[in-house]
Amino acid sequence: MDLDLLTVLIVLLPLVGAVLTGLVPLFLRSFRAHKGLLGAVGTLVVAIPFGLAAWIFVQGGSQTHVTSLYTWMAAGDFSVSITYRIDQLSIIMTLVVTGVGALIHLYAVGYMYSDRCFWKFFAYLNLFIFMMLNLVLADNLLVLFLGWEGVGLCSYLLIGFWYEKHKNSVAASKAFIVNRVGDFAFLLAMFILVKELGSLDFGAIFSGMESLSAGSVTAVVLLLFIGATGKSAQIPLFVWLPDAMAGPTPVSALIHAATMVTSGLYLLARLSPLVLMAPGVMMLIAIVGAATALVAATIALTQQDIKRVLAYSTVSQLGYMFMAAGVGAFFVAVFHVVTHAFFKACLFLGSGSVIHGMHHVELELRREGYEGDFDAQDMRYMGGLKKYMPITRWTYLLSTFAIAGIPFTAGFFSKDEILFKAFEFGFDGHTYAWIVWAVGIATALLTAFYMTRSYMLTFEGSSRWPKPSNLHPHESPWSMTLPLILLGALSLVGGFIGLPKVAEEFGLHNWIHGFLVGYEGRAGPVAEPEMHAHVSLWLESALIALGALIAVIGVVWAWRFFARHELGGDELIRGRFGALYQWCRTSYYWDRLYDRSIVRPVIGGAEKVFAPFDQRIVDGLVNAIARIMQAFSWLFGRLQTGIVQNYALAIVLGVVLILALMAF
Amino acid sequence: MGVPLSWYLTLSAVLFSIGVTGVLFRSNLIVILMSVELMLNAVNLTLIAFSQYMGDVSGQILVFFVMAVAAAEAAIGLAIVIAIFRNKLTVDINNINLFRH
Amino acid sequence: MEFPHLLSLVIFLPLIGAILTLFAPTDRSVRVFALVVTAFTFVLSILLWTEFDPSRAADLQFVSGDFPLISADIDVRYLVGIDGFSLLLVLLTTLLGPIVVLSSWSYIKAHVKGYYTLLLVLQSGMTGVFCAFDLLLFYIFFELTLIPMYFLIGIWGGERRIYAAVKFVIYTMVGSLLMLVGILYLGIEAGAAVNSGVFTTDYFKLLSFDVPLGMQTWLFVLFAFAFAIKVPMFPFHTWLPDAHVEAPTGGSVILAGVLLKMGTYGLVRFCLPFFPSASASHALLFAILAVIGIVYGALVSRAQPDAKKLVAYSSVSHLGFVVLGIFAFTLESLQGAMIQMINHGISTGALFLLVGMLYERRHTRLMADYGGIARTVPWLTFFMVLTALASAGLPGLNGFVGEFMILVGAFGSAAIGSPILVGLATTGVILAAVYLLWMLGRMFFGPVTHEANRGMPDLNRRELVVLVPMAALMIILGLMPQPFLRVSEPAAVRLLETIERKRALVEEGDLDGMRVLQQDGNVQAAPAPGGLIPNGDQDSNPIP
Repeated sequence: MDLDLLTVLIVLLPLVGAVLTGLVPLFLRSFRAHKGLLGAVGTLVVAIPFGLAAWIFVQGGSQTHVTSLYTWMAAGDFSVSITYRIDQLSIIMTLVVTGVGALIHLYAVGYMYSDRCFWKFFAYLNLFIFMMLNLVLADNLLVLFLGWEGVGLCSYLLIGFWYEKHKNSVAASKAFIVNRVGDFAFLLAMFILVKELGSLDFGAIFSGMESLSAGSVTAVVLLLFIGATGKSAQIPLFVWLPDAMAGPTPVSALIHAATMVTSGLYLLARLSPLVLMAPGVMMLIAIVGAATALVAATIALTQQDIKRVLAYSTVSQLGYMFMAAGVGAFFVAVFHVVTHAFFKACLFLGSGSVIHGMHHVELELRREGYEGDFDAQDMRYMGGLKKYMPITRWTYLLSTFAIAGIPFTAGFFSKDEILFKAFEFGFDGHTYAWIVWAVGIATALLTAFYMTRSYMLTFEGSSRWPKPSNLHPHESPWSMTLPLILLGALSLVGGFIGLPKVAEEFGLHNWIHGFLVGYEGRAGPVAEPEMHAHVSLWLESALIALGALIAVIGVVWAWRFFARHELGGDELIRGRFGALYQWCRTSYYWDRLYDRSIVRPVIGGAEKVFAPFDQRIVDGLVNAIARIMQAFSWLFGRLQTGIVQNYALAIVLGVVLILALMAF
Repeated sequence: MGVPLSWYLTLSAVLFSIGVTGVLFRSNLIVILMSVELMLNAVNLTLIAFSQYMGDVSGQILVFFVMAVAAAEAAIGLAIVIAIFRNKLTVDINNINLFRH
Repeated sequence: MEFPHLLSLVIFLPLIGAILTLFAPTDRSVRVFALVVTAFTFVLSILLWTEFDPSRAADLQFVSGDFPLISADIDVRYLVGIDGFSLLLVLLTTLLGPIVVLSSWSYIKAHVKGYYTLLLVLQSGMTGVFCAFDLLLFYIFFELTLIPMYFLIGIWGGERRIYAAVKFVIYTMVGSLLMLVGILYLGIEAGAAVNSGVFTTDYFKLLSFDVPLGMQTWLFVLFAFAFAIKVPMFPFHTWLPDAHVEAPTGGSVILAGVLLKMGTYGLVRFCLPFFPSASASHALLFAILAVIGIVYGALVSRAQPDAKKLVAYSSVSHLGFVVLGIFAFTLESLQGAMIQMINHGISTGALFLLVGMLYERRHTRLMADYGGIARTVPWLTFFMVLTALASAGLPGLNGFVGEFMILVGAFGSAAIGSPILVGLATTGVILAAVYLLWMLGRMFFGPVTHEANRGMPDLNRRELVVLVPMAALMIILGLMPQPFLRVSEPAAVRLLETIERKRALVEEGDLDGMRVLQQDGNVQAAPAPGGLIPNGDQDSNPIP
């Protein structure tokens, strides 16, 4: 089949889906009721592109193919086209986006079935997939930016999906505006590139980047990185992501865990040859990534809302990916994007399944006249769910192991590879990478601990919701559990695409490294730095063992701790750390800091300074001029007595005056 | 040969001045209108006097025009006065100051 | 040319319609008739587009008229035509015609005949402005738009309509009278120089006249001042919120959609090519004012409790981008400015339409009186969200194309030469999201806070007919702006060439003239000493 046509189909099908499930039911109300049909259409338009992408992948995923559709905007020499690029990097991202996307669509059919705006949800999701595909398939930065902002829009719409709650619509706006701050930097980076290179095509950037001055390269990479911190929720722009959990859970899984938030990383990986030219910024990237990973992990430890735990864990994992990018291991970052998409989507969907069940408990309780506090997302009201939701429990446990890095799960390979690469980069003479590595190890321990905590509090121990003997949640329908099972399986085996170097001893290769970076003379789209020193095999093995040990320690420790204390465990930790715990619980007061230092000054300035300034000074000046004119007219108006004889007298005197002047 | 020109002119000037004074200082609208007539007639007198003096009839023709205009003016003026009187029940010019700012 | 008087027809058909409207018997027939006239005019202007020869887009096409306007002795002529710039703006004007007529259908209940008559007169004036290639004719059309607008605001406006109408007219008039002085002076000088002493306001004769450097500054100030008020640029913008808030919906749409563009069009059409050196030396000043306008307009917008005022201030911000693009003197930014004019006309026009529709339902413009109405009026919400996003410059919708091209061009612009300034302008992108999402959040999302909003009817069929073409254009212009950009590109290229050529000529060749000026210390707008003008032995007043 024609590759151009395939590409167009892959991109456009989700858009067609968005129109069918969105615009059509919006204006033809009778379509809204056909939920099964809408769900099927919505899922198929994502599943079919997955099939097509898989076909391309199998047929010849190793060659680059560019599909140029038409000129988007042009002026003189500057021209940007709608162009898509299929290569190793974009195909792998497309597979993740459409594959995980399709599973989550399927899941959403069950999860959202009772919602009034079922159709709208699918329209937004489809639109999101369309935008995400634009992002990953783009062949120039502007099309990528189209997708970049487009996914931001969908994120806005979906976070605010239940807009009747004021909180949700505020969270939606917050996400969009914080992202816009990053987009602002992205725009500036594009301006510099256009000014220096005259083009935004990836090909032109790579071929022209040698001619760029070091200052421009640093500026461009730094600005793009700032853009990435917005979309990928890194310090300092991560504050929107936890609030984004206001959206329905499939959204959290798809957008705020598996795909959209990784687009910052995708951007860095896509431009990896350019990023490698700015070692200073790489250091910053690694440090920011490490800091984010650690900070978010400590916050995740203290959260009680199951989705917020997962949200901070996502931020933390994204931090890992940025660490990888910062030490030049872009392919490992992409590897972690892939595995993270599997296990984090599984975790989120699992939590969604739990929330789904708890929500029914809540409805039952309310019907029985229960008036007390209850929150379907709060782990303090859960516990002991493994009896009632076995599939959810097993998949959740599996993906918890994966994220913790228990040996031979997906997370084990990708996370250890990141840590190893950091170590190797430090070995190569980049001292900062040692720090990054150390932080990574510490975070790994924390990750294993807090994820096990979330599992324990949710599925093990005693049931803590009111009247647990009378009513309990039920396992979710097949459309929700099937994606869970598939994603759980992927979390288990997904890591084998990126085996560590030790595996070469057994004749096995790191497939994803070869695929993305290239091997045997064939160059892939992702670059990597040249290494001068090499870590010996035994040291690598030791590091892997250390990583595995850390994960096991974390899991076992947390398991035993929370099995004994259950909720009391939190109290013990709080008692141990006191103020520090509180500090973490409130997300290090980031929100308050921004509120006080940026939001309030800007808004307050607009309301208290600029608007009155406009009214009183700028407009006041105009009105003052008018008033001066009026004063003059009042003055001269006094002459108008209205008595005709005065006027006549003036005329006579005037005539006399003129005659006198003529006479003399 | 009859009355000299200067006499006519003097009489005319006197009549005109009386008219101007009347227009400027009387308060009754009708009197003011009559004063205006007086001014017109003072001018008429001058025209006729010069016409006689110069032996040119065009001055006398002009007088007819002026008389016609005066008649028209009187008619309209009186009509306005009546209209004002109906509205304000007075013809005292000091009470009519619609032009006042 | 196959259609000798098509353009004149497009210009004057609404005026003829306005006269005929006076004889329409009922209110309904007035509306229908006005709709027919504007729709037909739009169809005719589509014909202009299809018959327009893009390969000669820099040249004047559809030239119509070309006869003396006052007397054969004075070179003031009726001369209309269109090039790439004009075509786009004419299309925008004629498109908004039927849309405004439809949107006022049930909004205007009093003095219906007068309203539609004035609307039609206004449309003639606006179309004429973009087609006139004689300065005095341009001025006549320019002023012709003032009078109907004055009445539209003053009669059908809100509570403070008289204040707003008077402010609008006087403010604009101050600027345009100064421009008139400039036109007359320029006409005299150019007449002496290139038209054998006969006063001329012919665009092309004026264009062939290289205005001496010292004279350029003053003439530039006179012209630019008039246009800066019209745009409006900070700090001359305060008439705009008042006029917008008080104007009826149709008036606001036309005001934002077309009237403001007359200012930016004037800058492109007259200021830049006539006074290239002065424009270039003032580029930084205008860029700074434009950037202040962008940021300041956005911030003030955020502080408004009144939805219509918010949209009005957003215009200040958006037009700042256009001015920035114009004074960057690069092809990208100029093209961006051109497309941004169209975009702003469509998206801000649509915002005013939507706010007007809400006002018609609830008779309030305060955002606090709404809240959570997404549930009651989903269709209206759909269009509002789309339009707000277009206005906020989301890629894929129209606002982005213009803003991006302007900023890209301005970033590399030698005339402005300050990437930091452009960086500041780019913050407008963040701020636009801030105030527009704030408005959406307050009015459409959240819980329903007022019971009166629960029963609000959604869009009716007429309103859909109004909004669908606007929404479609937002998407088309966002994804495929090229057919439109292509039309104006040759004109933009030629403009930049003209500027460059004239600047080189004037700034090198006129050094002597400058010296004369400095010696005399005579740089006022008074007639320059004869020595400055090539054949300067003639009387400086060519009017017989």
